[in-house]
Amino acid sequence: MTLRNDIAITPDLVASHGLKPDEYQKILDLIGREPSYTELGIFSAMWNEHCSYKSSKKWLRTLPTKGPRVIQGPGENAGVVDIGDGQAVVFKMESHNHPSYIEPYQGAATGVGGILRDVFTMGARPVAAMNALRFGAPDHEKTRHLVSGVVAGVGGYGNSFGVPTVGGEVEFDARYNGNNLVNAFAAGLADTDKIFYSEAKGVGLPVVYLGAKTGRDGVGGATMASAEFGDDIEEKRPTVQVGDPFTEKRLLEACLELMQTGAVIAIQDMGAAGLTCSAVEMGAKGDLGIELDLDKVPVREERMTAYEMMLSESQERMLMVLHPEKEAAARKVFEKWELDFATVGKTTDDLRFRVLWQGDEVANLPIKELGDEAPEYDRPWVEPKIPAPLARDDVPQMDVAEALLALVGGHQCSSRRWVYEQYDTLIQGNTMQRPGGDAGVIRVDGHETKGLAFSSDVNPRYCEANPFEGGKQAVAECWRNLTATGAEPLAATDNLNFGNPERPEIMGQLVKAIEGIGEACRVLEFPIVSGNVSLYNETNGRGILPTPTIGGVGLLPEWTQSVGIGFVAENQPILLIGGPAERGTHLGQSIYLRDLFDRRDGDAPHVDLAAEKKTGDFVRKLIRSGVATACHDLSDGGLGVALAEMAMAGDMGATVTDVEGNDPVLTFFGEDQGRYLVTLNLDPQGPEIVALWKEAEAQGIFAPWIGSTGGTTLTLGGAKPVSVATLKAAHESWFPSFMAGEPSH
Amino acid sequence: MKAAVIVFPGLNRDRDMIAALTKIGGEKPAVVWHQDADIPEADLIVIPGGFSYGDYLRCGAIAARSPIMDRLRERAAKGTRVLGVCNGFQILIEAGLLPGALMRNNSLKFVCREVKLEVTNAETDFTRGYTKGQIIRCPVAHHDGNYFADAETLNQLEGDGRIAFRYAEGTNPNGSINDIAGILNEQKNVLGLMPHPENLIERAHGGDDGRALFAAALKQVA
Repeated sequence: MTLRNDIAITPDLVASHGLKPDEYQKILDLIGREPSYTELGIFSAMWNEHCSYKSSKKWLRTLPTKGPRVIQGPGENAGVVDIGDGQAVVFKMESHNHPSYIEPYQGAATGVGGILRDVFTMGARPVAAMNALRFGAPDHEKTRHLVSGVVAGVGGYGNSFGVPTVGGEVEFDARYNGNNLVNAFAAGLADTDKIFYSEAKGVGLPVVYLGAKTGRDGVGGATMASAEFGDDIEEKRPTVQVGDPFTEKRLLEACLELMQTGAVIAIQDMGAAGLTCSAVEMGAKGDLGIELDLDKVPVREERMTAYEMMLSESQERMLMVLHPEKEAAARKVFEKWELDFATVGKTTDDLRFRVLWQGDEVANLPIKELGDEAPEYDRPWVEPKIPAPLARDDVPQMDVAEALLALVGGHQCSSRRWVYEQYDTLIQGNTMQRPGGDAGVIRVDGHETKGLAFSSDVNPRYCEANPFEGGKQAVAECWRNLTATGAEPLAATDNLNFGNPERPEIMGQLVKAIEGIGEACRVLEFPIVSGNVSLYNETNGRGILPTPTIGGVGLLPEWTQSVGIGFVAENQPILLIGGPAERGTHLGQSIYLRDLFDRRDGDAPHVDLAAEKKTGDFVRKLIRSGVATACHDLSDGGLGVALAEMAMAGDMGATVTDVEGNDPVLTFFGEDQGRYLVTLNLDPQGPEIVALWKEAEAQGIFAPWIGSTGGTTLTLGGAKPVSVATLKAAHESWFPSFMAGEPSH
Repeated sequence: MKAAVIVFPGLNRDRDMIAALTKIGGEKPAVVWHQDADIPEADLIVIPGGFSYGDYLRCGAIAARSPIMDRLRERAAKGTRVLGVCNGFQILIEAGLLPGALMRNNSLKFVCREVKLEVTNAETDFTRGYTKGQIIRCPVAHHDGNYFADAETLNQLEGDGRIAFRYAEGTNPNGSINDIAGILNEQKNVLGLMPHPENLIERAHGGDDGRALFAAALKQVA
């Protein structure tokens, strides 16, 4: 077979495509000849880490992905979970880390665009978004620039597209100095009998290109995302795509309208490695070949080569296989929305991926093998070294009231208002809990009582110290946050951000974190239905903190039963539910140690999954019974910070007791897991609360009455009272003054 | 009472507006696509919020030059009530149906939060459900809501009772001159405002302060 080829294939060219010599040999063995330049590009796109999961696949297979409500697990554009009444929630989280560091606004914007497209490709209208953002140290010279650009980019795209951002995370750590993380989550609603998949069916059917025109932007993007950063990073700016939310919004409406007509057999959005990945995916899944004629592809630049068209990552594009008799009706829909519509190829029965350009064949590859035969590695890994636990008497002392004020006004626990007020959190008119609480809550459009809760969580400090416990904790905290709104956690998506997997210690983090995630998901019955892996998050050989972000979805049968985190009325008893009798014991890897004493030692707190499940189920039942008036889980900063957050959200104080014989620092700032604070509309001396305690005791759940709401100050045991107004001032001022460049930072 | 909602590509609060009009008016409004030849018979015509044409020129500038706007102008001249919210307000200004300009927020950032509004004139077809001076809650969500007009125009607006709503209690989110949040045309049958009353009409929204605006606008003139 001779193909047109204008560029000689040299070892340097192969290496610059991110292909290792043994991988190139595999290509030669597979096709029995030297590939053309276009084919080399296709292989590099299909076989890079980003698209092939070659380092993580072996471990990802161990995750639980099934459950009674799971309609579609990993392997499609997004996961699909049944929420009853013939409705499904469709969701996924995906990273756009490298592009967002190179060009923060466009990198973040196209990250949001990509994940939204994944959701509506499946026939779902996006109804909620979240963003987990991690930046370098606040005092690093690039951090402010990156925060400002990424937040504006997330907002710029999501606001214009019209999806409410209901939650997310923002964290700072010097380990992200040269490599920030942008993990974008989106969820949509669809009817269970109208879910669309990427598997092509039928021979000789039109392959149709829809949406925006193809340009040179993003050529080689997926390969870039699979490499470490060096000092030449600025040169990679042209590999970042440019987002156009106006086109995406029209593409959404056009796709949903088109799906209504019954014309769509298969659909795949063009994400990483654009035309290549989408065409191969549709063909390979359906056991069909695909033939593309690039001369029919709508382009917005002149003299584009086949190579460039196949690797372009221009945004807002879709590929579909349509029923030929409905092609005309489909075209009409796209003309109404003023989007491109072009038949660019057809399905074939020869299992070949053939690409024609200027009348010549420039690629002819076995379509199944492009995906199935991608290299898969069992990379060497070493068991992570777990730091020794803190000595029991190693409790650095600080005045509890001062420590609380410093924590709520510090970079970790301060208010993210500066960020989320740049996102439209209310559009669609269904938002019931905005960012700032445990989870975002929306009601389900078109249903009288149903609501959905969303949360995104991971504690990279814990994962660094103990990847297995950290992986468990990320899942448990997400499950806990959903539970704290009254929701039943349904399923999750994972976005695994790690360093270079070719280093055994990084591979060890990945392996153990996945093991922890799997164990927690199994015990909590919280399957992983979609996800994304982002490796090589390193700059000049230094890895990020291991960051397996978990995005979870929960269901509220009656949204009226949901509660928020703010105190709602005076003189209500506050119960601490779950955890040890001392209330707080674990200071290792805590925010108290890190931010007040600059210490990063000790083991991560362990998660007792059986206790977690039992406690959460108890709390959820309490909320749904209507006796709980507010609920908040305990996380960074322990009991003290959680109480402060409830007080600030409700603009109301509280008085809480010490624990006799326990160091107040441990009581109030220990980060023991599996705990919730709940306020009740019950008389603390009445029979109902006694019954509640009896039930807790019978289940072995510790649920002491630790204090009551009321007043304008928060008093933690013997510490001096702090006014809620003072807490709020500290809490609200960190972010704006940091972004204004005020000197205290 | 019949309502119609005009939709341009890129608008995204059309569904919120249609839901509010349906819930409060008891009848689904007619939805008019920007390429439609005419606007069906309606007593209230609404342009909802969003990013028409991506806000890629000045906000609202492209939509304002759409042929359907000539039909809207004719209806407005005949006295039909016209309401523009957020991008709809920007479009009405770009179309010359309301005076002044909406500039980028003084923070230079998009802002989505709840603000307080003072009902400055409660004697219009849109604001009769409130009392003069009443303070209501209302969310905003925009990047370009910083209202500006020259001194002469401002004097007219202030003197003729054409300021419908002002941001109150120090909650001006965008730097608007005189804290202006919503204005009326001379005949007071066209109202444009930046805040989103359609997102605060029921328990699920945590309040219903926006409801009275739609209830009044949808009420038959006696």
